[in-house]
Amino acid sequence: MSQRKVLQGNIIIAKAALAAGCDFFAGYPITPSSEIAQYMSKEMPKMEKAFIQMEDEIASLGACIGASLAGKKALTATSGPGFSLMQEHLGFAVMAEVPVVIVNVMRGGPSTGMPTKPSQADMMQTRWGTHGDHPIIAVYPAFSDEIFSETVRAFNLAEKYWNPVIILLDEVLAKAHMDVEIPEPGSYEVYWEKTHEISDLNIYDRNIGENPPRIDFFHSYPIHIDSLEHDAHGWPSFDAKTVDKMQKLRMEKIFYNLDDIIKYKEYFLDDAEVLVFSFGISARSALAAVKMAREQGIKAGLFQALTVWPFPRAALQERFKKTKKVLTVELNMGQMKYEIERIAPPDVKKQTLLRANGLPFSPGEVLETIKEFVK
Amino acid sequence: MRDYEKYIRYRTFPTPWCPGCGDGVILKSIAMAFAELKLDPDDIIVIAGIGCSGRMPTYFNTNTLHTTHGRALTFATGIKLAKPEKLVVVVSGDGDATAIGGNHLIHAARRNIGIKMILINNGIYGMTGGQVSPLTPPKFFTETTPYGNIEPHFRIRMLLSAAEASFVARETVNRLAQLKQVIKKSFLHKGFSVVEVMSNCHVNLGRRNKMKSPLVMTEYIKDITMSMADFEKLSPEEQESKYPLGIFVENTQRPEYTDLYYNQIVPAAQQADAKGGK
Repeated sequence: MSQRKVLQGNIIIAKAALAAGCDFFAGYPITPSSEIAQYMSKEMPKMEKAFIQMEDEIASLGACIGASLAGKKALTATSGPGFSLMQEHLGFAVMAEVPVVIVNVMRGGPSTGMPTKPSQADMMQTRWGTHGDHPIIAVYPAFSDEIFSETVRAFNLAEKYWNPVIILLDEVLAKAHMDVEIPEPGSYEVYWEKTHEISDLNIYDRNIGENPPRIDFFHSYPIHIDSLEHDAHGWPSFDAKTVDKMQKLRMEKIFYNLDDIIKYKEYFLDDAEVLVFSFGISARSALAAVKMAREQGIKAGLFQALTVWPFPRAALQERFKKTKKVLTVELNMGQMKYEIERIAPPDVKKQTLLRANGLPFSPGEVLETIKEFVK
Repeated sequence: MRDYEKYIRYRTFPTPWCPGCGDGVILKSIAMAFAELKLDPDDIIVIAGIGCSGRMPTYFNTNTLHTTHGRALTFATGIKLAKPEKLVVVVSGDGDATAIGGNHLIHAARRNIGIKMILINNGIYGMTGGQVSPLTPPKFFTETTPYGNIEPHFRIRMLLSAAEASFVARETVNRLAQLKQVIKKSFLHKGFSVVEVMSNCHVNLGRRNKMKSPLVMTEYIKDITMSMADFEKLSPEEQESKYPLGIFVENTQRPEYTDLYYNQIVPAAQQADAKGGK
């Protein structure tokens, strides 16, 4: 039986992570994500799962990657300043292809910024924060049930594609207590691939586009994992042909599987004159605004991205064939609007509603912008 | 094939180390300690950060992990907590362990998590071409102290003792038998252990300080090191530039971190849950 409960957003993430099989947590306290660590510190020992509070966020993600390589499903949770520190090890997880899930409860930035105010200003840091070319997967739930389902999905994607997956959450949703449906175990997919029979000669050996197998230490044959560029054996290599293949292996495992990774919701878009593009807390206001617009006879619809990285390009471009106006609503000074500008054809008119002062948009504000836009 | 050779991954040779580098001696000592303890290579993981020492794991035929600069201990902490029964060895240089990774070092010591650290002290950043490190002795010339080093260096023995480390030792690359013995002893210790190994970087430290051959540099290491008994006979001024050898701290009473977690915290939490309490 599924259960209806009233829970804080952070706690929904923690519960969903445990439901997805998370058995290792390392973290460092930071507002507004600390409840996730607190909940884990209480619940995980009861389940004989490992919890540790580390000395900083760099160490937290390092410990998670270590545990993941030792066969655990690892989670850490942080906010902007901690996410900045984690960029170093985010790159390691990409390079060595280690499944790990990172929650970033976004708060006002830059620097210490506004710890108790919401913002959606880490969108580009999530995509490009760590150095070098790299694939990244980021999910961004907006409604309470999505917080549960997207957290479970984040673990599945991490395991399936051997890549770090970031869960973005808004400060307001992390702290708010919401009515949520906790589904019955078994009613949702929990992906867990058993370690393949491997040797140290072939750990990264696969064809471009193929999902890698999960590779753990302590499984029959000693292996080497490296932060240096490496060959199919995992051994350091700077040979141009080898590096070329490894770069492609890492990037293409994501781009060959966009249909599986990308998830979005569309509301009232079939006959829409205006497509509102939004995500997270802003999408909640936008949905209410779109409904109000419809009541007033304005043909507005919402495209809510649940997977923000990779960007849901194909689905949006399909909509832009008919809908020629796009309004991007985001709580920052303009980040994802550049993705829209990049993919929308020239005949699509672009408008934005942006703000980064710590106040979420009200549905009325979004409605006013829609009305201005359709004039 | 000698018995320690099954712990060496010959097919990844040659190593990137300069001829005469002390790292080879340390690689062999660690492999010999594995062999004497008759460990299954798959039950061992050797982890390192960045630098000349960072390349060492590649050459062990055990599970091996090359991580980020200064952070090997953080990965090791995750692995040890996930698999407490495995032998988790961290190899780190002086820059890696005491500069960029200094915070992780003191916290691993404070937690007393059962990681075995081999801290290679050659007093210089070798891989990057010879810049000053927190363990470079005062007045030494390096690429970033062209007028002589004005900073004092860490005393690892005292730093780790203050952080409540339960096993602290120092050896040199000149004394292979003693080095292997101390490493073996540290592997048998239950909590966090650090074996500092005085090593020679004649190429990037020696060359700029009138010690450009490995023999001159190992002779220098011999001159500045001595037994604890001899060290204690020196005046405080004389002690400044000398390094005692041996095992300084060996505390078997302090509980190990993963032991505390799985044997105390986990049962306590389960009991509290059964009673329905907090």
